[in-house]
Amino acid sequence: MTAPMTETNTQNLASYNFAYLDEQTKRMIRRAILKGIAIPGYQVPFASREMPMPYGWGTGGVQVTAAIIGRDDVLKVIDQGADDTTNAVSIRAFFAKTAGVATTTATPDATIIQTRHRIPETPLHAGQVLVYQVPIPEPLRFLEPRETETRKMHALEEYGLMHVKLYEDIARNGRIATTYAYPVKVEGRYVMDPSPTPKFDNPKMHQSEALQLFGAGREKRIYAVPPHTNVVSLDFEDHPFEIQHFTEPCALCGAEQVYLDEVVLDDKGGRMFVCSDTHHCESRRAEGHRGALLGDEPVVEKEAAI
Amino acid sequence: MYVAVKGGEAAIANAHRLLAARRRGDADVPGLTLDQIAGQLSLAVDRVMGEGSLYDPELAALAIKQARGDLIEAVFLLRAYRTTLPRFGHSEPVDTGAMLVERRISAVYKDLPGGQLLGPTFDYTHRLLDPELAGDEPLDAPEMAADTGERVIRVSDILGDEGLIEDDPATDASRPVADITRTPMEFPMERDARLQTLARGDEGFLLALAYSTQRGYARSHPFAGEIRIGEVDVEVMIPELGFAVVIGRVKLTECQMVNQFKGSTKAPPQFTRGYGLVFGQAERKAMAMSLCDRALRASELGEDIVAPAQDEEFVLSHCDNVQSTGFVEHLKLPHYVDFQAELDLVRRMRAEHFARTEGDTPADGAAREAAE
Repeated sequence: MTAPMTETNTQNLASYNFAYLDEQTKRMIRRAILKGIAIPGYQVPFASREMPMPYGWGTGGVQVTAAIIGRDDVLKVIDQGADDTTNAVSIRAFFAKTAGVATTTATPDATIIQTRHRIPETPLHAGQVLVYQVPIPEPLRFLEPRETETRKMHALEEYGLMHVKLYEDIARNGRIATTYAYPVKVEGRYVMDPSPTPKFDNPKMHQSEALQLFGAGREKRIYAVPPHTNVVSLDFEDHPFEIQHFTEPCALCGAEQVYLDEVVLDDKGGRMFVCSDTHHCESRRAEGHRGALLGDEPVVEKEAAI
Repeated sequence: MYVAVKGGEAAIANAHRLLAARRRGDADVPGLTLDQIAGQLSLAVDRVMGEGSLYDPELAALAIKQARGDLIEAVFLLRAYRTTLPRFGHSEPVDTGAMLVERRISAVYKDLPGGQLLGPTFDYTHRLLDPELAGDEPLDAPEMAADTGERVIRVSDILGDEGLIEDDPATDASRPVADITRTPMEFPMERDARLQTLARGDEGFLLALAYSTQRGYARSHPFAGEIRIGEVDVEVMIPELGFAVVIGRVKLTECQMVNQFKGSTKAPPQFTRGYGLVFGQAERKAMAMSLCDRALRASELGEDIVAPAQDEEFVLSHCDNVQSTGFVEHLKLPHYVDFQAELDLVRRMRAEHFARTEGDTPADGAAREAAE
């Protein structure tokens, strides 16, 4: 679990390179990344490899991370905002094993953060890379299933269909009914899928200091948002984009203006709301913030001591 | 008071320990050897090699053992290993006409040069469970014919000599051979990439699509021109030597489907081809592949695209079982952040709905009273 598998494997059946992928593959992926950075929001096709975890479980993000990670990097992996969800644990362990890199749960300490479904609450700083796992990179896919068509639509900047869809939402529901994977326009050109992050996180993508890379393994696409890039959520003048608001603060750390998970407490309708970003919540508690339902049990002291 | 759930790492480790124990099963029963799997479950091994795109019976047997007999999981294991191997180049086209055939049948000729050779087939067995197989009774040695040296010419060549069937599409030798493991899919797809994609496609998916063409969804009037199973030499051109060298042999199943075709603006009346080629003994897959290949040639042959089996993007984007199983099964992963966003929206919309309907109630009530 701790030592990298490189050079040490004596079995003739299988041996693997640093960070699993061979250097040729990494070079191919880096080229796609560079192209993506050069054309913000454009989906670059790349020769995605089979990875030792299933498609749909982060193979795109893992390939991007494997292509950019070096021995001195510090990796953080989150899923649903949490460092301790099973798939985040599994991917972190994968890189600890195949690359032997340092890992962390602290957002500011990480040089690479691989994420599924969330952007950390702590603002990212220059030099950090946020790697998104993307299931369906094509924002127009559910309006037009054919790749041949959607590529044409992007090339012609033909995004009317998306606006019609959002308009129909308003006509039917009185509001735009897209709550996650909310489409954005990048640097005034490409409409891009931000991956299935809640729209709450969309504003964090705008003019971020960090480099944002998106990997879709099964769909074989990479795209990027370089630092200090305009990322604007699509909307209408009379129906401006707005993010979710929670009526109560985090029950553990009292944070407001953060994204919360709903936890079912009992079978009598008892609910509580806690930070989805576990590191954010833990560091706030370490600073002495207390939510309404935070007990005095040892977990808190242990985490405060970390 | 609330304690957040922790411990994903320990839970994963324990789950995998349990998996290992379940895989092994009863420790009093001897464990399976790779030789047993490769030798006695050879059709499973062949399927895993075919859909895993790696010809190595030993590794395929290992994958089947590790996957507890879940063949799609075994295919996945083999693929994830294969993808790390360096690519040295590609072989010369294998000559299936020179195949050392173990089975060769044609449904379009009663007899033909090389003869009909049934080989090891389930065909014409009565599907009655055989209790004797519960033990390990000795078997009669199989009857082996002497090699007559007669060349087993391909049925498609017999038809082709008369011009009754279209020629194999001419390939531009200057164009590099496609490699779907090294380049992303692009549509429209060339024949080489299409056949590669079908060859590693899921047997069940292709079987169902092939079946749909027989039931009227893109009917192509197929005849099984020929199915042959046997070993062929694999030759690789060595640039330093300037000639091709045989590097080994692989067992293949080839199916040439002969399909009727009433002339169009683009082609004179002649039979058309559907082609299937798969690693190992995989007759069902090769036949399904050849029906799907023919259906997917619709636009090339100027036919209307009216059925799923003819829809290139639909078939080729969804026939890979490693991709399919990954994405379907990823629904097991937590999605609670997105679900929270939907919950919030649905609650708001419900609140608005009830506010609206409560406002409407008096009017409704009045109308009902009036009606009564």
